[in-house]
Amino acid sequence: MKTVNLTCIGCPLGCQIEVMMDENDEILLVTGNTCPRGDKYARKEVTAPTRIVTSSVRVYGSKNGERMVPLKTASDIPKGKIMEVIRDLRGVSVPCPVRIGDVLFHDVAGTGGDMIATKNVD
Amino acid sequence: MERIEYNLIIIGGGPAGLAAAVSAYDQGERSILILERDTRLGGILNQCIHNGFGLHTFQEELTGPEYAQRFVDKVIERGIEYKLDTMVMSIGQGEDGSKEVMAVNEQDGLLLMKSKALILAMGCRERSRGALNIPGFRPAGIFSAGTAQRLVNIEGYLPGRRVVILGSGDIGLIMARRMTLEGAKVLVCAELMPYSGGLKRNIVQCLDDFGIPLKLSHTVVRIEGKERVEGVVIAEVGPDRKPIPGTEEHYDCDTLLLSVGLLPENELTIGLGAEISRITNGPVVNESLETSVPGVFAAGNVLHVHDLVDYVSEEAGLAGSCAADYIAACGEGKWAADETGNSVPVTFSGGVRYTVPASVDPAKVKHWLKIRFRVGDVMTNRRVVLYLDGKKALSKKRRVMAPGEMEELVLTRKLLDEHSDFTSAEIRIEEDN
Repeated sequence: MKTVNLTCIGCPLGCQIEVMMDENDEILLVTGNTCPRGDKYARKEVTAPTRIVTSSVRVYGSKNGERMVPLKTASDIPKGKIMEVIRDLRGVSVPCPVRIGDVLFHDVAGTGGDMIATKNVD
Repeated sequence: MERIEYNLIIIGGGPAGLAAAVSAYDQGERSILILERDTRLGGILNQCIHNGFGLHTFQEELTGPEYAQRFVDKVIERGIEYKLDTMVMSIGQGEDGSKEVMAVNEQDGLLLMKSKALILAMGCRERSRGALNIPGFRPAGIFSAGTAQRLVNIEGYLPGRRVVILGSGDIGLIMARRMTLEGAKVLVCAELMPYSGGLKRNIVQCLDDFGIPLKLSHTVVRIEGKERVEGVVIAEVGPDRKPIPGTEEHYDCDTLLLSVGLLPENELTIGLGAEISRITNGPVVNESLETSVPGVFAAGNVLHVHDLVDYVSEEAGLAGSCAADYIAACGEGKWAADETGNSVPVTFSGGVRYTVPASVDPAKVKHWLKIRFRVGDVMTNRRVVLYLDGKKALSKKRRVMAPGEMEELVLTRKLLDEHSDFTSAEIRIEEDN
């Protein structure tokens, strides 16, 4: 049996939630939350936490001398893959112009998801 | 020199300025000019590449640049005029009641302009090391969190490899994650207060996710290094916020980021002579977000520092709409409107630090009015109660309130009508049992 401690992000209260799990990672008990939203958040966080990852990469050929374009994963990716996604972006640069929503990388870090531009760079 | 004339001049092309322009245009105003000192519209959102913007406005999570572009597109679709790279030097009032603006840029040189109404949307800036009284030399490697954000996200430089962060404002938390992702080691985030000034979500997703400790009731007592930061010493503080001797801890680092608060940028407002609140450092405004100078409106972080850009856009929308009303009231050929009405001050007690607006003329509220405020301390199990003429008009239960999260009360037109002709308005925070 193991326990995981979390801070709920549902509201400013920030309940300290404790999730008790068995050897097979089955959730036995969620305590410390003061509303149902906390329970839901805790269950998702311990079983399949996901995040949108944002970063920026170099551009070349910008008309107005811009150096970077920001990008994000098109959808949530597993939290454990964050550093891999970032590693995949290291050292790359993309040509201008770039429009918001342009797919800059496919299947980033083997997640099957795309990374898309979040800024127009001419 | 002839003055260039507009009905409405908006100072600042960030989220507040853009939303104000769109709103004034949509109410029929066509003579609008936005003045922006940066090389593109969008303001600070351009460097806020993380997501979480727009949940209220667009019901989706956008990054800063995407959120900004939505409003830039609206401005361009409407053909609203704007000037980039343009710095406003001063604003004032003419003898005819017009608002005068002096600005400068490379292309036009000196620009003298006049307008019927002005909207102040200059935003805020970060509190710097100078405001903190940390002893030590002045080595390289000390940055405000926002400067580091610009260096990483816009310029493409990593400002340091081993980082200590002082202050737990949202930008500091965001940069803890950003610098970690870019390969830096963030050792600790120290916060003077016993609670964080940042959003819970950022503490979890920017610190906890990466195992970065948050030390509450701690501060930096010494910065080591002469040419470059070589280390900092952090100590615990007591209830008086003074360092406790014997609790000092040394961290080897090359960079110190400061995320210790934001200050509305009101040099122009002060030059104009508008009344400034000593609590918010922004102008004192009425229900129309109009300053003590008639025809001059303010919205966004220049007025009071917001947590969410969505609220900035909404607030600026009201300022734009009220400015358009003011211009309509001026009439043809006149540069100022005769303003009448009664103004009821909004008073408060029980831990409220300020309210925006600071006064209400119920007759000038269209559909609803939001009174926004912050509390001075973390409080649990309270009620926010609005008294009009001493009678309870509105009561809202709050399980928890914190200085880092802005509160609001919505006064509907219906509620104001039910309490017509009130002469006092008070917001009280009461125990909820």
